[in-house]
Parts: sequence; C-alpha cells; structure tokens
Amino acid sequence: MADKNEILAGLAEIVAEETGLETAEVQLDKSFTDDLDIDSLSMMTIVTLAEEKFDVRIPDEKVKDLTTVGDAVDYIAGAQG
Amino acid sequence: MNIRRGPEFSRIAGLGVARGENAVPNEDIIEPINSSDEWIRKMTGIATRVRANADTSVIDLSERASREALEAAGLEGGDIDAVILSTITYPHMTPGGAPVLADRLGSTGAAFDISAACAGYCYGIGQADALVRSGSARNVLVVGAEKMSDFVDPADRSISYLLGDAAGAVVVSGSDTPGIGPTVWGSDGSGAQLIRQTASWLEVRDDADTAFPTLYQEGPSVFKWASFKMAPVALQAIEAAGITPDDIKAFIPHQANVRIIDQMVKQIGLPSHVAVGKDIVDSGNTSAASIPLATERLLRDGDATSGDLALQIGFGAGLVYAAQVVVLP
Repeated sequence: MADKNEILAGLAEIVAEETGLETAEVQLDKSFTDDLDIDSLSMMTIVTLAEEKFDVRIPDEKVKDLTTVGDAVDYIAGAQG
Repeated sequence: MNIRRGPEFSRIAGLGVARGENAVPNEDIIEPINSSDEWIRKMTGIATRVRANADTSVIDLSERASREALEAAGLEGGDIDAVILSTITYPHMTPGGAPVLADRLGSTGAAFDISAACAGYCYGIGQADALVRSGSARNVLVVGAEKMSDFVDPADRSISYLLGDAAGAVVVSGSDTPGIGPTVWGSDGSGAQLIRQTASWLEVRDDADTAFPTLYQEGPSVFKWASFKMAPVALQAIEAAGITPDDIKAFIPHQANVRIIDQMVKQIGLPSHVAVGKDIVDSGNTSAASIPLATERLLRDGDATSGDLALQIGFGAGLVYAAQVVVLP
C-alpha cells in the first residue's frame, strides 16, 4: 500500500505522461483544470491509469469531486483501505 | 429431419457507402452550444460532419449504399436472401426499415432491423457470417444506416455536435477462403444510461412538457469505457482469428471520437504500420455507418487495399460491442 508521498509521485508520472507537463508541476494544491489545463477526457485517462497503478476503484461520479491533485491523492489513499 | 449446411467460409464481397449530402463545419453548429471550432477539434478531432437533406430518409441513404455494394459484388437485389439493417434512427417502431429497403432493391429475402447502435455493423457482420455458413442465406446484405440529425438537440453539449448522417452497406457471401474471423461480442447493460434517448415515447405521450427525444451521453464515462475496456475485446478478436497484431493492415474502429481511437491504438499496442481509420474527421460520428465509411475511406485513399486483413470493432449504446477480423473487399 502506497503512502501519500508515493501516491503523489505515481500520480505525477501519470499526469506527465498524459499531458507532457513536468512531474514537478504536479503538486497537491494544483487544480487539474485551472492550473494543469487537463480536460474531462484526459482526466478520465489519468483516473483509469491511477486505478490500475494503485489497484483502487474511482467511480466516474466521484471524478468531478477531485478538483485538486491533493483531492485525488486523498481519495486514492482512502480507497486503498 | 434435414439440416442445412453452407460453405465453410464467408467473406465481404462488396462495399458501398452513402454520406449525407452536406458537410457541416464546426462553425455552423457552435453557437447553440457556446463552443468553438478549436474546442470541438481538440475534444473530438471532428472538423465537419456529413448531414443529409431534410427530404433524404435513412432508407434513401441505405438504398444508395446498398446499390453500390450490390454492384461491387456483381449481384442484384434478387440475389439477396437476407437484409440486416442496423439503425437507431428509423422513425417507425414497426414495420422495420429492412423490408422496405429490401423491396426497393428487389429482394424478397428475410429482412429485419437490429438495434445495436454503434456496434450494429459488427453485430450484423457476425450474424451474416453465421447465416451464410449455416446455409440459411447465400448472400446477406448488411447495412448500417443513420439519420442522426433527426434526433439531435442543437443545444446539447454531450453528443449532438458529433453526429452525422450516412449509410454503409456490404454484401456477405460464401467463400473458398476465410474472409470473416470469429466475432467477439457482448454487452454491459449496467451502463444502459450512459448513452440514451432523453425520454421514452410514453413520457412524450403522457407529459406535455417532455421535449421530443434526442440523444444524450455521459461523455467522459463513455470515453473511459470505450478507450480502456474495448482494447481487450479487440485483442480477443485478433487472437480468435489466429493471427497477431503484426498481421493487421488496418484498424477500423467505430468512429466515435479521435481521442478514443488514439487511446485504443495505444492500449491495443498496434504496430505503427497499421493504417487507422479516421474518417470521423470529415464525416463525424455516424453510428452504425461509421465502420463501413471508414473502410471505404481507407481503400479510396490507398491506405489499405483489397485483400488486407482489417480489425474492426463497434461499441456503443447498450452498452454493446462486437469485433472481428475481416479481409477487406
């Protein structure tokens, strides 16, 4: 089970792969849409790859609540049980 | 009791298409959805969608495509033993459109519609393959046809701006060599609400405030399902055909969204030599017609040739899906 730092690092790799951003730009307080310019389809790709990487399930209806990178890290950490 | 047996193999013997008469650019549809040409291209890859004239029916489109397919196969309407019409936009619950189409073509063969939305063409190919090889029909006409523009809401931001009008038709006949691989198909009705008609006909009847039904989709959820759940289905179709991705010359998925197509290519791991159908850029999403349209485009542009192995996969409202490897006509 990954801790929050490991989740952030893993998520940053996924975001970087999908968007071309540097991993260092993917910080807890960054908004996926406003700061990282990630659209709804790229967000679903990131969510799917995160589900696979961290072996968690993120229901589609929860994705809209994941405003910031920190929201996603917290959700994944919680979903890991 | 006797039973019938047909030829060992079947193949696609002829292809025809009919696109809506008008290429509608993004600029013409952005105002009601408060969008831009740039946004539509970024989110979908679509530059124009083909839409039919008001007086062109889904059967008119079907007839045009079918006559072209019959000519390519060297057959006449009377040679067709079964007509399978896949459509979700024929505006009658009954009778189906297939008998009307068959009559126009001069066929009195079996004729029935199937409702498998954007998977309908591949569902039809699977059925036609089985009908021919079982001896139930010598030649089967499979038509995917939609006049989506009759069921769009210009102000809908979920799906309407993607949709176009067209028909694609093929004749499936017996063959001395394998021409249609095993169909891998299935459904997931738990996602029935993800792509749907906005209201039932009974709601329209009973509630004066209910608008005429149009199409709606949960776009991001559909993107996720199609992009990531359909790649394993495509790989199963390749495996079932006894080939490898290296043997494929063309990948012809349902033309739902360029972003879905690109993600599928990545998830399947297709080699770079494989030509990928992207007729959606000019024709839009034409539902059941989109795979034959993309096939015709690849052949016309010289990106694929007759005899090539192509992987085709349809997926859509239901949720339903079907894939098979075929030899291009």
